[in-house]
Amino acid sequence: MTQPTASPRAPRKIIPIAAVPGEEPTQSLYESEAKIYPRSVSGRFARWRWGFVFLTQLVFYGLPWLEWGQRQAVLFDLASRRFYILGYVLYPQDFIYLTGLLVLSALSLFLFTAVAGRLWCGFSCPQTVYTEIFLWIERKVEGDRSARMRLDGRPMSLEKLGKKALKHGLWIALALWTGFTFVGYFTPVRELALEIVELRMGSWEVFWVLFYGFATYGNAGFMREQVCKYMCPYARFQSAMFDRDTLIVSYDQARGEPRGARSRAANPMQLGLGACVDCTLCVQVCPTGIDIRNGLQYECIGCAACVDVCDSVMDKMVYPRGLIRFTTQNGVNGGWSRRRIWSRVFRPRVLVYGVVLLALFLGLLFSLVARTPLKVDVVRDRATLARIVAGGKLENVYRLQIMNATERAQRYRITATGLDNLALASEPEVAVGPAESRWVAVRLQVPYGSASPGSHPIHFQIGAVEGDSHVSEKSAFLVPR
Amino acid sequence: MSDFTSGFWSVYIATVTLLGIGACMLLLWATARKKVAARSDNSTGHVWDEDLTEMNNPLPRWWMWLFVLSTVFSLVYLLFYPGLGSYPGELGWSTRGEYVAEVERANKDLAPLYAKFTAQPPERLAGDPAAMAIGERLFMNNCSQCHGSDARGSKGFPNLTDADWLHGGTPDKIAETITLGRRGQMPPLAAAVGTPDDVKNLAHYVMSLSGSPHDSVRAALGKPKFAVCAACHGPDGKGNTALGAPNLSDDIWLHGWGEAAIVAMVSNGKTNEMPAQSDKLTPAQIQVLAAYVWGLSNKPAPKS
Repeated sequence: MTQPTASPRAPRKIIPIAAVPGEEPTQSLYESEAKIYPRSVSGRFARWRWGFVFLTQLVFYGLPWLEWGQRQAVLFDLASRRFYILGYVLYPQDFIYLTGLLVLSALSLFLFTAVAGRLWCGFSCPQTVYTEIFLWIERKVEGDRSARMRLDGRPMSLEKLGKKALKHGLWIALALWTGFTFVGYFTPVRELALEIVELRMGSWEVFWVLFYGFATYGNAGFMREQVCKYMCPYARFQSAMFDRDTLIVSYDQARGEPRGARSRAANPMQLGLGACVDCTLCVQVCPTGIDIRNGLQYECIGCAACVDVCDSVMDKMVYPRGLIRFTTQNGVNGGWSRRRIWSRVFRPRVLVYGVVLLALFLGLLFSLVARTPLKVDVVRDRATLARIVAGGKLENVYRLQIMNATERAQRYRITATGLDNLALASEPEVAVGPAESRWVAVRLQVPYGSASPGSHPIHFQIGAVEGDSHVSEKSAFLVPR
Repeated sequence: MSDFTSGFWSVYIATVTLLGIGACMLLLWATARKKVAARSDNSTGHVWDEDLTEMNNPLPRWWMWLFVLSTVFSLVYLLFYPGLGSYPGELGWSTRGEYVAEVERANKDLAPLYAKFTAQPPERLAGDPAAMAIGERLFMNNCSQCHGSDARGSKGFPNLTDADWLHGGTPDKIAETITLGRRGQMPPLAAAVGTPDDVKNLAHYVMSLSGSPHDSVRAALGKPKFAVCAACHGPDGKGNTALGAPNLSDDIWLHGWGEAAIVAMVSNGKTNEMPAQSDKLTPAQIQVLAAYVWGLSNKPAPKS
């Protein structure tokens, strides 16, 4: 990690890379992280955070149970390579939609980060959300910050054992439910539930439920902020997307310093103090254990817990709110008004992100709505290039993979165009079962001598007999010399 | 392991692998013991480009333990699984073994389905859409490479949709062909026929058998020479499915039509082979496939 030092123009000098002699304190190359006991917090942003917890988890836990017709509404059937999303049956060939979704997600991350920093980290990231839920359970069982710290400091007793057992029991139950839900997206969740009740799950299902459950338990129960600090790549590159107009959680140094305790009745001006009463609540509520008063730090996930708690302290002291607030570097340094800060939100960078995002979103939406539930791949037969058959005809053979992306059995009619007298010699209609794909051999003929030697571009038209699904695919008709 | 041309490379790779793991462990051990001077400003004291300071942010200790764990894991893995040169591992696991086990499992899963198919006579099985969908896929994956996607073959590869069968077209015979493969052999017989002109005359006689355009004078001259061919193709040239000798009196020419093609065949002979599929397909799969191929040129029996 590098960062600029406080003195901007230190003279260039060579610093010898050698151990400094003397009795300076030493430290190890590896550090045991101290456990963080975040204090509970309430307020505006806490409400937002809980709102997102409920929203995301309602979707995650609820979606697999939703039915669509005769099947699960959202099911990723990896074994048969069909992906059911509401009314859509997606094939692996529809991978472009996943790509589009990922591009949309990345661009959204860029946009939100440019506007207001690590919003995703602080409010919607599963790591934050599950940590929040696990902390809530921890608080219900062991009490708030100070109670938990006291409990951990005490030697093992029956009461402590009971509390710990209850906490871990609840954690494991939730983690297993999470793992079960996750697997429920890939194997029908109702069947899976039945299999669990009857104790006849497949070994891979057991493995993934346990694996995902363990990951939830470990990450939300123990790893917590360590994931954000040491594992998460997004956390690293998001800092590179900040600029001086990005809204970030900031401590107003000019207003807060010098910090110090004082009675509520005292006038801080007379004591020569700033607005910060040095209650350290902002440090106590921080889930990553930093002191926001030291300025922007890479550990900050932008959850705004310190904003909420500081506001509550300012209210008690009858000081104006916002000693810690969402503001920009320009805003803090230049003493900008709220209006001026917000006007900089619509800077070119944000607008470009926004326009690209909107265009991509509309494009993806349009292509989904206009999607034909039929796909065809044309492959020329591998065995024969061209052959002469009875009746003086020249014949080419093709394999058509016809993919029915509807959930009804379909009949498709095949025609071919592109050459004079081009005629279909095989069955003109094929039946394909619901959500099935089928290879069919198709023979095309032209009268011998009616086409010049060489390769001729042709087109296959495949259309549903009932309905208006229609696909045109190009191929080539070969005439030998 | 066949990949190594000499035992040296196996030992070499195993040594390099173990040395690598050992070096990782050594590095972890050394860094875990090392102490560095701590500064009050939490920097390492290194400054570049005037004001870029390298901060001292130690790695978390659990990270080190994960690293230790992964080196231990790699040793355990190398003990049980192949990875250390040509050492096969204690479990004897191999990708080939896994493939075989998977195929066996799939065949076992499908056994009840195939049992239902094989219980029917092939003539009726050919009318079962579920069986024929499987038959079609089996054909596409295993047969179409030579016989073509539409089973109509090409030069040298028989058409399976017509009524002409080299080795017999009953479902049993087709299953036999798929199971054991076939080897068609025509010896070079030009010397037995006579002069090159005799061979040419014979070719015209052969063309006359199917009513193809031919020189009738040459054909008449060639007729007595056909005795050489009659041993296999029969006196009237209708062929013999027991020997795999083609019928010469229909207008089907597996190896090419015309005087030149027939002269070449008589002069050079031909060995044509269909490989056996018994080690790729199960007997039940072959039965379904045979019914599918039979159904390409026959009407399935009605359901009783």
